[in-house]
Amino acid sequence: MSIEVKNIIKTFDTFNALNDVSLKVETGELIALLGPSGSGKTTLLRIIAGLESADSGEILFYGKDASDKKIKDRNVGFVFQHYALFRHMTVFDNIAFGLRVQAKRVRLSDDKIKAKVKDLLSLVQLDWVGDRYPSQLSGGQRQRIALARALAIEPKVLLLDEPFGSLDAQVRKELRQWLRRFHDELQITSLFVTHDQEEALEVADRVVVMNKGKVEQIGTPQEVYHKPASVFVLNFLGNVNIFQGRVIDGKLYLGNNQAKLPQDAKSNIKSANLYIRPHQFDISRTSQGDNAIKATVKFLNLAGSSVKIDLSAESGNILQVEITQQEFSKLQLIKGESVFVCPKDITFCEYEI
Amino acid sequence: MSLVRTESPIVRRTLIGIAMFYLILFIFLPLFIVFATALEKGIAYYFNSLTDVDTVAAIKLTVITALIAVPLNLVFGVAASWAIAKFDFRGKNILLTLIDVPLSVSPVISGLVFVLLFGLQGLFGPWLRDHGWRIIFAPPAIIIATIFVTFPMVARELIPVMKAQGNDEEEAAITLGASSWKTFWYITLPNIKWGLLYGVILCNARAMGEFGAVSVVSGHIRGLTNTLPLQIEILYNDYNFTAAFAAASLLAFLALFTLVIKSLVEFRFRAELKAVRKERAH
Amino acid sequence: MLLLKQKSTLPGFHLALGYTVFYLSLIVLIPLSMLFIKTSTISFAQFWGIVTAPRTLAAYRLSFGAAFIASFINVFFGFLIAWVLARYSFPGKKIVDALIDFPFALPTAVAGIALTTLYSSNGLLGQFLYKIGIQSAYSWTGIVLALIFIGLPFIVRTIEPVLQEIDPEIEDAASSLGAGRLQIFMRVIFPAVLPSVITGFSLAFARTIGEYGSVVFIAGNMPGKTEIAPLLIITKLEQFDYSGATAIALVMLIVSFILLAITNFAQWWASKRIGMN
Repeated sequence: MSIEVKNIIKTFDTFNALNDVSLKVETGELIALLGPSGSGKTTLLRIIAGLESADSGEILFYGKDASDKKIKDRNVGFVFQHYALFRHMTVFDNIAFGLRVQAKRVRLSDDKIKAKVKDLLSLVQLDWVGDRYPSQLSGGQRQRIALARALAIEPKVLLLDEPFGSLDAQVRKELRQWLRRFHDELQITSLFVTHDQEEALEVADRVVVMNKGKVEQIGTPQEVYHKPASVFVLNFLGNVNIFQGRVIDGKLYLGNNQAKLPQDAKSNIKSANLYIRPHQFDISRTSQGDNAIKATVKFLNLAGSSVKIDLSAESGNILQVEITQQEFSKLQLIKGESVFVCPKDITFCEYEI
Repeated sequence: MSLVRTESPIVRRTLIGIAMFYLILFIFLPLFIVFATALEKGIAYYFNSLTDVDTVAAIKLTVITALIAVPLNLVFGVAASWAIAKFDFRGKNILLTLIDVPLSVSPVISGLVFVLLFGLQGLFGPWLRDHGWRIIFAPPAIIIATIFVTFPMVARELIPVMKAQGNDEEEAAITLGASSWKTFWYITLPNIKWGLLYGVILCNARAMGEFGAVSVVSGHIRGLTNTLPLQIEILYNDYNFTAAFAAASLLAFLALFTLVIKSLVEFRFRAELKAVRKERAH
Repeated sequence: MLLLKQKSTLPGFHLALGYTVFYLSLIVLIPLSMLFIKTSTISFAQFWGIVTAPRTLAAYRLSFGAAFIASFINVFFGFLIAWVLARYSFPGKKIVDALIDFPFALPTAVAGIALTTLYSSNGLLGQFLYKIGIQSAYSWTGIVLALIFIGLPFIVRTIEPVLQEIDPEIEDAASSLGAGRLQIFMRVIFPAVLPSVITGFSLAFARTIGEYGSVVFIAGNMPGKTEIAPLLIITKLEQFDYSGATAIALVMLIVSFILLAITNFAQWWASKRIGMN
């Protein structure tokens, strides 16, 4: 089922949680709502579910206005941040709950319910915990049961509120991949809220970056990372180096270096901020041109799939550069060495007139 | 506990000693006196005094009063704590203050206001007399006064319990399609059952033991408008100490029973509370 | 009814609130308003005459005074007991912890006759006290002793949870910075529990001002000397002096409300300081 959010505004007392938010989710997509605390992402999720109501704006399911629909009529599965499992019921009863409270005429027989619950437990790979109580399960297990419970009612949309927030790092990684594969299998339209950019970029089909109640950018993980629409998105997703330069006679001066202005720059700009990601640099022992920056190696982090280097530039700035293990083994840099850092590409430019 | 965090053993033992002495003086001894005096004249006398006609009538009236007051206050308690713990609304503080009123008002004043309402010189006095209804100096007044004095008990127990449990489970139930009533019955009630149990037991103990308010509205007519506490007073003032304490021992047992239930509930609830707090802390 | 700050998905708000307000009006508001209505039937001069009569003033002095002294004493020992319960372990601790609430669960009349029997001149404790010249029954002393019994749970139960909530790591931190036990207590622990001490005192005080059942047996009830205010109210009622009884009661009610307001304020202030939810 497709979801369309149109111009949603929501205020709590004096706090403006959502300020004219719009987005569209296609059927079967897995969307991440990404942003820092207070960005409004959980509020938006809850409004879509019907747990909160917006002050103005519309929510459309399959093109039809759902704003007036009661929660149970929206056919939405919601997975809560702290799982909200019914603590006094067994896992089995938890999952069966949604099936048991249905109106008599549509309710499945006990046998069918039992079969369905068993299937769901298999689906989340927790066949053996049916008789246990939530307090006897680990965090990761509870999360999967909460998911199974939400799926029992065969929702058209699945909403997850910080699903992996309270779990250990390793469990988080595993569940992340598990969710991705899960979604590929079931193909239910899903939205999940997270403040972890790595999670959003790894799992989602598209990412909605939010900040202070507004949508900063909507795009594929590739788009938001490599082509950020604003400085906020740039800073939020991954590391970035900032270069501040002044424009004199059409040339850009950054400290001792000169650089060519990007082609889309207007003619009357006075200063520019260049945002360059760590992997967009080349390091060499000899200067490669006008835009090569002289810097001293301060710190080497060799443990990882790539090598992360902190350098101190002549101007005093700290540069964060990332190169492949291959490139490093060719260079064999050591701490304290003086090298030249050359930007290959620029991710983002900010101009001032 | 690490050594850094506690006082030296001598200091600790002294403090424990002083605390225990104070407690023995003010709590254990009175408890002891009740049973010692009740059994002064032997077991036979003890049971005899409990089966005295007036005492039995007093017990009956006490039980009936509790049987009416407690369920009414239970329903109120659940309704009030549901509204207060699960929702955010203007005037909540006023409501909370009003609920605390009987606890900070003298029981005598609690009785007085009903005399002012229903007594012969009271607001409804003449109307009641004309219709042949007797409230003051009759069981109905005792029941109403008891309701007034004990109605906060259940609510005060349930509000913190419900607040601590939050709204998550109810919201989850609603997203899964449960109706309002089903959500309340299958999700909320089982979660609060221990707090509810304790609230009811406490309400009952207070209802059966209420003295000041009931004394004012009762009329003290032996065999008719005396509750057990009033009967105890009469026996005591008649210098019939052993019988008075025999009746008192019944209420003392009830008090001890209440404390046992409280310990049980706290034991169960504390573990739950810890778990909920742990989850939220992340 | 737009009392709700946010539209909530949870059901039954209006039903629950409606019933609550209805019940409260019936049981609390209407009866209490009788006090004000009745008082309004007499002139202010009459009112003033009643509440400032020597006998009344003596009764107030006794009720408020004894309650204050008892609550004050309870603060020290109650704090000590809360401390011992919250931080130490010793044999029988669970039983002791449960018994703290005994005065709260025990009917006041039972407490009254038990305490009187204990402290009268031939009582278990009374005999010793009388020998050393303390008249523990039918006197101020007796009343204070009874009120200590009644007020104890309020103080202990208010302070104990706050003591338990104190993060042990904070004390460790203070220790590692060189503070001694006494310093840690004075500078770290006590300030954190002070609001609860104030609240506990207010609760005990409010409760014991109007105490009747547990005091009326041990008090002696001599007008002008050992007559507590609630008893005076009853006496006036028995004489059909409704106005007199109401006037005296109204003053006590107002004081109770003020104390309740102070308690709520202290709790609000405490939660702001410590940042609890």
